[in-house]
Amino acid sequence: MLKEKDKIFKNLYGFEDWKLEGAKKRGIWSNTKELIKMGSEKIVEEIKNSQLRGRGGAGFPAGLKWSFMPKDSGKDHYLVVNADESEPGTCKDREIMRNDPHLLLEGCLVAAFAMHAHTCYIYIRGEYYSESSNLQKAIDEAYANNLIGKNACGTGWDFDIYLHRGAGAYICGEETALLESLEGKKGQPRLKPPFPAGAGLYGCPTTVTNVETVAVSPTILRRGSKWFANLGSANNTGTKIFSISGHVNNPCNVEEEMGIPLKDLIEKHAGGVIGGWENLLAVIPGGASVPLLPKSICDTVKMDFDSLKEVQSGLGTAAVIVMNKSTDIVEAIARLSHFYKHESCGQCTPCREGTGWMYRMMEKMIHGNVEHQDIDKILDVTKQIEGHTICALGDAAAWPIQGLFRHFRPEIEKRIQERNRRVA
Amino acid sequence: MHHPGTNNKVYKKINDNFEWSSENFKKISEIIKKYPSNRIQSAVIPLLDLAQRQNNGWLSKNSMEKVAETLSMSYIRVLEVATFYSMFNLEPIGKNFVQICRTTPCWLRGSDKLSKVAQEVCETNIGETSDNKIFTVVEVECLGACCNAPMVQINDDYYEDLDEESFKKILQDLKDNKSIKVGSQIGRKSSQPERKFDA
Repeated sequence: MLKEKDKIFKNLYGFEDWKLEGAKKRGIWSNTKELIKMGSEKIVEEIKNSQLRGRGGAGFPAGLKWSFMPKDSGKDHYLVVNADESEPGTCKDREIMRNDPHLLLEGCLVAAFAMHAHTCYIYIRGEYYSESSNLQKAIDEAYANNLIGKNACGTGWDFDIYLHRGAGAYICGEETALLESLEGKKGQPRLKPPFPAGAGLYGCPTTVTNVETVAVSPTILRRGSKWFANLGSANNTGTKIFSISGHVNNPCNVEEEMGIPLKDLIEKHAGGVIGGWENLLAVIPGGASVPLLPKSICDTVKMDFDSLKEVQSGLGTAAVIVMNKSTDIVEAIARLSHFYKHESCGQCTPCREGTGWMYRMMEKMIHGNVEHQDIDKILDVTKQIEGHTICALGDAAAWPIQGLFRHFRPEIEKRIQERNRRVA
Repeated sequence: MHHPGTNNKVYKKINDNFEWSSENFKKISEIIKKYPSNRIQSAVIPLLDLAQRQNNGWLSKNSMEKVAETLSMSYIRVLEVATFYSMFNLEPIGKNFVQICRTTPCWLRGSDKLSKVAQEVCETNIGETSDNKIFTVVEVECLGACCNAPMVQINDDYYEDLDEESFKKILQDLKDNKSIKVGSQIGRKSSQPERKFDA
């Protein structure tokens, strides 16, 4: 278990004061000037050495991403923080923003300095109203105390942070859709290339990065990349906030070391599965987009990027959705299909038409109201959507269904037989 | 499933005039300052949000035209944004906009029971507004509070860790114009793991 002293998010549950005074007591903003004095190259180097991987779902190495920003493009540079947390199961950034907003703001300054950006936009999902008001108050406090603004923290670096509220669109969590939305348009993803580091917000070099990734970076610089890299295992380093929801006794957010066994995570922190471990049916380990895992895999799997990839799933946002044996697993996945149908932006045909078709098919499968060959048909359709759309929403809609049939195909076949018997 | 935010039609039955209130007019100049001076179109979402708040929770044609005029945009550009995002309601809603999360993590913990409770207490169907205009009840996709499932958003606030009983009480209190407690209904602090709390 992660030791108390190695925790980065010391006020995850909001027991302490989230405002500036409380934040300073936790060491936030204490020696920011010294961190900035390391220079942008050294900061990027340290983040690279820490092997921090992006916490927003894709797990791209953060230091590498930051290093893509050009040194002197002659244009304004932007840091855009992705706080459009909408992946079903995920509610970690929310706790950071309402209970420890200064941790994020300090991270913004450090990250923006490292990528030569004077301006940062935080794009928060519109539904997070009280979270955005806490964050705005924190921004105002930081301005009033000259921690950001002109000559931020006395470093000579001018730095502005603006909060931008979205308006309810899952797709705006995709980085280029987020930029479109921030420019005042419909949130429809852009073709890549050009990548945002070359031409992002307003055609200027931009890096879009998740709240948690930004929030952990000052602590990494303070305590050293070695400390961070020693937690977890190689290539899967550091700590991570896990959101555990569904059929557990105590659903919660918890910061843990990367690579903690899934069983430990559920039993030690979330009070165990409702009805006991033997009552477990399946777990979605990384937010709605990743394929589910049956109990046999959950018994032993470790929670990190590479271990979960090996079992044909993924860490995603580390949102663990637990389902016990009382769950209608087909309906659980059909609900996710409804989600993707609702959230498809409508730009690419395979996703726009495919998500609707898949949902209608899944809805019929709940009652076994299909033919046996329809199982292969829906799997074929998922393959035709996957990889044939501009953004990853198409993939995300396909994977849960593929996961369902990979592990629970007999269950649906049984339902079809039962239904055929009833009809005959 | 009907939802005033996913409706793509402009509501034509009411043709009211829309002018910014003086308070909002001040707010607009603050909002526009956030963006580069040649990029004020970026402010379209915040301005639509302001307009919706001023207009009792929904956007009329006139209010959207006002936003377009304020930001020197063509009306169709504003309309396409208003129809794309589900938080912009294109038809009138009741005083309390009850949004029940229906996605898997909430469903696993009984969100479908909440839908039934809401229909009974509010005396309306999902996607509709009650006759007395006090409630509009809709089912929505994930609201991002999954560790506090099942949960419901009413206007700006989240009500978490609900069950049928506590949700019924919230709705009844709203009906009776009583004040209600925001956040977790079982007395826990945000998403802490412990179940034993001092109330």
